[in-house]
Amino acid sequence: MRWSRKDLVGIRELSAEEITFVLDTAAAFKQVGTRDVKKVPALRGKTLVNFFVEPSTRTRTSFELAAKRLSADVINISATTSSLTKGETLKDTAKILEANHADIIVLRHSSAGAPQFLAERLRASVINAGDGAHEHPTQALLDLYTIRERRGSIAGLHVAIVGDILFSRVARSNIFALLKLGARVTLVGPSTLVPRVFERLGVTVSHCIDEVLPTVDVVHLLRVQHERQRKEYFPGIGEYIRLFGLTKARAKLLKADCLIMHPGPINRGVEIDSDLADGVQSVILAQVTNGLAVRMAVLYLCGGIASR
Amino acid sequence: MAAHSSPLSAVSPGSPILDASGIRNALRRIAHEIIERNQPDLGAIVLAGIPSRGVEIARRLARLIEELAQVPVATGIIDVAMHRDDVGKRANLPMVQASRLPVPLDGRTVIIVDDVFYTGRTTRAAMDAIGTFGRPARIQLATLIDRGHRELPIRADYVGKNLPTAMGERVRLRLENVDAEPDAVWLIKEEKA
Repeated sequence: MRWSRKDLVGIRELSAEEITFVLDTAAAFKQVGTRDVKKVPALRGKTLVNFFVEPSTRTRTSFELAAKRLSADVINISATTSSLTKGETLKDTAKILEANHADIIVLRHSSAGAPQFLAERLRASVINAGDGAHEHPTQALLDLYTIRERRGSIAGLHVAIVGDILFSRVARSNIFALLKLGARVTLVGPSTLVPRVFERLGVTVSHCIDEVLPTVDVVHLLRVQHERQRKEYFPGIGEYIRLFGLTKARAKLLKADCLIMHPGPINRGVEIDSDLADGVQSVILAQVTNGLAVRMAVLYLCGGIASR
Repeated sequence: MAAHSSPLSAVSPGSPILDASGIRNALRRIAHEIIERNQPDLGAIVLAGIPSRGVEIARRLARLIEELAQVPVATGIIDVAMHRDDVGKRANLPMVQASRLPVPLDGRTVIIVDDVFYTGRTTRAAMDAIGTFGRPARIQLATLIDRGHRELPIRADYVGKNLPTAMGERVRLRLENVDAEPDAVWLIKEEKA
């Protein structure tokens, strides 16, 4: 197949073939990181705007480095430095970015749907870097890349996603991507954060982590998002650790080759024991490295096609 | 030109310009020339194929050189997609493949191996790509078919067959191991749909 999308808004609208295409392209870009000169001219002369209306360091840095390795020019705009604080609408800000010849806009926004809104209105490529509790497609793609790199393929694997599913765009993008590529997904967490309605997506829901851990090939721990939590959803840190934290004792339930993943930043001692985060089963740092390759692939593919 | 990805036209390809034995002879001749040109440092050459048929041709050349000169020959893959000058001018993008070259390249002779040599833009992109791996002592170019119509000041060092063509014509190459068809080269008049 050939790539023909200018935007990456979510995983939900991608086909399994498109997801695989991005992962295969990412493999080629990962190789660039091993060269003497870790830079290729693919997006030379293009301008990328990192437009982060919600704070983020690692995703923004990863996109910035990816763009620079593709020879694009990069501008970073955060919520506090943009005129959004002066009352300018999202659309007006974006139009101004485009008037400044932005070819690619990487958008992180607290409102679900903001990237879709811009993608439909701008000639520039729009890449979703996380929108509300909707999607975070490049995170899911880098997670899949990491699993595929370690296990050869995704199909047939059993993946547990543990934690705050309800508010997690990482979980949603991962669920869509894993199911499309033929994995089995079990969501684990307190019933307030992992309601049964998720089963409509084609996943299994469990509130007992100890029953799930022995059967999985990948355990994906989500960050406990203190900043988003409201008391009525969340049992309290101590109770969360006791019921859902990946402690050393619980890790003994895992298969020897089970991968431990975390999108970061890690709350050491909360969702995962500190030693386990650095242990042999952890692929957390590989996720970061692969994130760069995956984002290079996405920028190359979406930014590299002719604008209509 | 590495990419011959336009869908197979309905036109019957007619009789080939080169058949399997013609291709075999052309590659054997190139192998002899590579051996002659690169003595006494034959062991320092790297045959870097441009995907996908250039990779297969590089593999065949390496085997021929090893047979003829009894010297092991390194091969590699040099994907040019991310070094092309038309990214952003296409409606869709083909798959990029990972490049692979033995490093360090210092002191080595990298021979770019392509199937059909046309405008020279692919070769330029390949030279740029090789430069990101290091600084070889020299870069040479081997091609099975040279069809002319250069757009850049680039020439081939080793040519299997010079094939004068018109712009509207297309060179159709098929190689066993890549296309699941017997080896052959045709010259086809492009039919505008």
